[in-house]
Amino acid sequence: MKSKFIPIILILFFLITFVIFFKGLKNPNIYTPDVNLKKEVPSFKLKSFENDSIVISEKIFKDNDYYFMNIWASWCIPCKKEHEFLMELKKDDRIELIGFNYKDNFTNASSFLKDLGNPYDIIVSDKDGSVSIEWGAYGVPESFLVYQNKIIKRFIGPINEDNLLEIQKIIR
Amino acid sequence: MASLIGSYSLGFGLFFSVFIIFFSVRNLRDTEILDKKIVSFTFIQFFLVVISFFGLIISFINSDFSNETVFNHSHTTKPLFYKISGTWGNHEGSLLLWLLVLTLFITIFLFKSNHQPKKYRIFTLLFQQIIIIGFFIFLIKTSSPFNYIFPTPNEGLGLNPILQDPALAIHPPILYLGYVGSSIIFSSALAAMVTSYVTKEWAKHIKQWVLTSWVFLTLGILIGSIWAYYELGWGGFWFWDPVENVSLMPWFALTTLLHCILVLERKKILTSWAIILSIATFALSMSGTFLVRSGILNSVHTFANDPERGLFILIFLFTLIFLSIFIFIFFHSEKEKLENNFFWLSKETSILVNNWFMMYFLSVVLIGTIYPIFLEVITSNKISVGPPFYNKLILPFLIPFLVAMAIGPNLNWIKSDFKDKFYMTVFLIISFLLSALIIKKFDINFLINTILVTSAFFLFFSTSREFFVKRFKNLSQNIAHFGFSLLILSILFNNIFSNEVITNLKIGETFKTEKFTINFENIEQEDEKNFKAIIGKFNVQNLDGSLDILNPELRIYNQPNIITSEADIKTNFLTDKFMTMNYVQNQEYFNIRYQVKPFMIWIWISVILISFGGFLSFFKKRYEI
Repeated sequence: MKSKFIPIILILFFLITFVIFFKGLKNPNIYTPDVNLKKEVPSFKLKSFENDSIVISEKIFKDNDYYFMNIWASWCIPCKKEHEFLMELKKDDRIELIGFNYKDNFTNASSFLKDLGNPYDIIVSDKDGSVSIEWGAYGVPESFLVYQNKIIKRFIGPINEDNLLEIQKIIR
Repeated sequence: MASLIGSYSLGFGLFFSVFIIFFSVRNLRDTEILDKKIVSFTFIQFFLVVISFFGLIISFINSDFSNETVFNHSHTTKPLFYKISGTWGNHEGSLLLWLLVLTLFITIFLFKSNHQPKKYRIFTLLFQQIIIIGFFIFLIKTSSPFNYIFPTPNEGLGLNPILQDPALAIHPPILYLGYVGSSIIFSSALAAMVTSYVTKEWAKHIKQWVLTSWVFLTLGILIGSIWAYYELGWGGFWFWDPVENVSLMPWFALTTLLHCILVLERKKILTSWAIILSIATFALSMSGTFLVRSGILNSVHTFANDPERGLFILIFLFTLIFLSIFIFIFFHSEKEKLENNFFWLSKETSILVNNWFMMYFLSVVLIGTIYPIFLEVITSNKISVGPPFYNKLILPFLIPFLVAMAIGPNLNWIKSDFKDKFYMTVFLIISFLLSALIIKKFDINFLINTILVTSAFFLFFSTSREFFVKRFKNLSQNIAHFGFSLLILSILFNNIFSNEVITNLKIGETFKTEKFTINFENIEQEDEKNFKAIIGKFNVQNLDGSLDILNPELRIYNQPNIITSEADIKTNFLTDKFMTMNYVQNQEYFNIRYQVKPFMIWIWISVILISFGGFLSFFKKRYEI
């Protein structure tokens, strides 16, 4: 019994692998992250930037509030450019800013915030960048506007004056 | 002309396969000695492939653009060296290299196996011929290197500049000797099963081949990794890219096989392991070829996406897999005496432990590589698997693996009492204190890092001690294991102590951090034969006052028109200082990446040590106690 069972399993396994590879050949292979518009926000569990406490996404995003999720890093030059707009956005108390410190080290990042100001209400550090990938980010900087646990707008690259006005219009 | 000769000799080569098979099958029934004709035919077939290969090289040297492969991958202004290496820097040429290695190895096999049973030799030849025929047909039908273009173009399209590099010129041949060399292990394992020759003698005979493949595969991976380090410019040596993974998987299988063979050479145990691993090594090499060449994954090795090619390799690969499964089921019987063999604290057990760890690492890499394909086909979700996945799954298991590796070789065959207990305990304590001291200074996860470094140090100390205790006995194993401990230590320190700055600088600007100051002094332009170079002049002032001058380059190649960035690396025994400069469109500034990477050179040295250990094994009659 045993001697017949294993070969069958083995053959079945390789047959399935064959079929999958065969089908896979026909798929295009260029990787593009999904644009997660109107999707539930991917949940995450990350270390807080200031201390080692764990931040859970479910505790951040509450219904009926707007959140601006911004992926940034001190080594990222365009991030400096968009920073003034983030500071502008901070003045608006209808929206909460969440910073995703992407593949950065603490010293550089904190001096970045010291120089330019800290617009964020909460900062989490995404050391290896894996959570940002789950959000479907292309790179840094990138931002997501979140409402009722859904991503309603996405900004690839630094935000500018127009984006700022657009956001302020949405949250009104 | 050269192309024409090459093309014809390829056709003749395939024709000879028919002869070889015909005479081999006839010889199987006839006499007890191997027919001389078979050896000659095999040699002629090899010779024809050599002619064909030289035909292609000559077409490349002469820049004969009537040949489609040359037209697509060469250019008149390219230096001679890269014209030659361009021969295997493309899909068609590299497959011809595959075929060359396949025929080379079976020829050497026949010459060197005089004392082996005739049936076993013939069956090995037959199985190898199946592979050879498969590749002949693949080459001639879907990827002929000798396609003719008329009218002849005046100029070729050029070789991808990132492939115009000395390391990459020798990377394919060396890697292929290991990668394709595993074909002979595959054929011989099948033959040994069919002729019930899975014995100590077989192990002794195939050991040479396993070692050859293993040494070349290790060196091939090393060269590829060094190339990626200085050419791709992200400053790492391993990225868990599918291309790297498909070379690592056969390496895991081959390393495990090597250990099994060493046991099998002494005692007839672990035969199933040895057979399955022999098959798996080659099957993994083939699937690697399939994964990177079919276009199912995107990588630098995907030269052209042609579904027909992918389909051919896929069908061929699975034909070989099913063939080996059937042979395994029908011919292999495990006749091991299990009574008095395994004592829990013996060398066999520790080799078995090693096998299971290796299989675990292999499956992690395998799943990480092919899971995205499975997922995409089944659910059309696209995911990419990166370093965090591998780190999370491999690192915790590395700890017991390293400890087992330190203790294992000190156990005697069959039975062993723990005579070295004292030294081992002392080493463990020293390792732990040392690691704790080192790790404490850094702001990283203390516990896991300390344990990791401790186990690496533990292996390091215990292998170092072996040199004194055993002297020249088992020197090869010792060097290889010592090299491995050095490798793990270097990788760990490299990861923990690395420092990186990425910033944009204009000429004349400086960038200050706590540890160093980067001055961007000037840029210079130089004209080379096939590219224009923009060389950045930087000096980096370190905290201790020492000054490093770094000159990263931007190269603008004329044919094809591609910009590459060449890192400048200052290497010494302790650290590598690594700088790349990137062009930012329509901006005055350049994007600068500066990294301080400790112990980088030790990673290369330790891999060389590992393969040197394998190389030394050649000269040893057999594994000693």
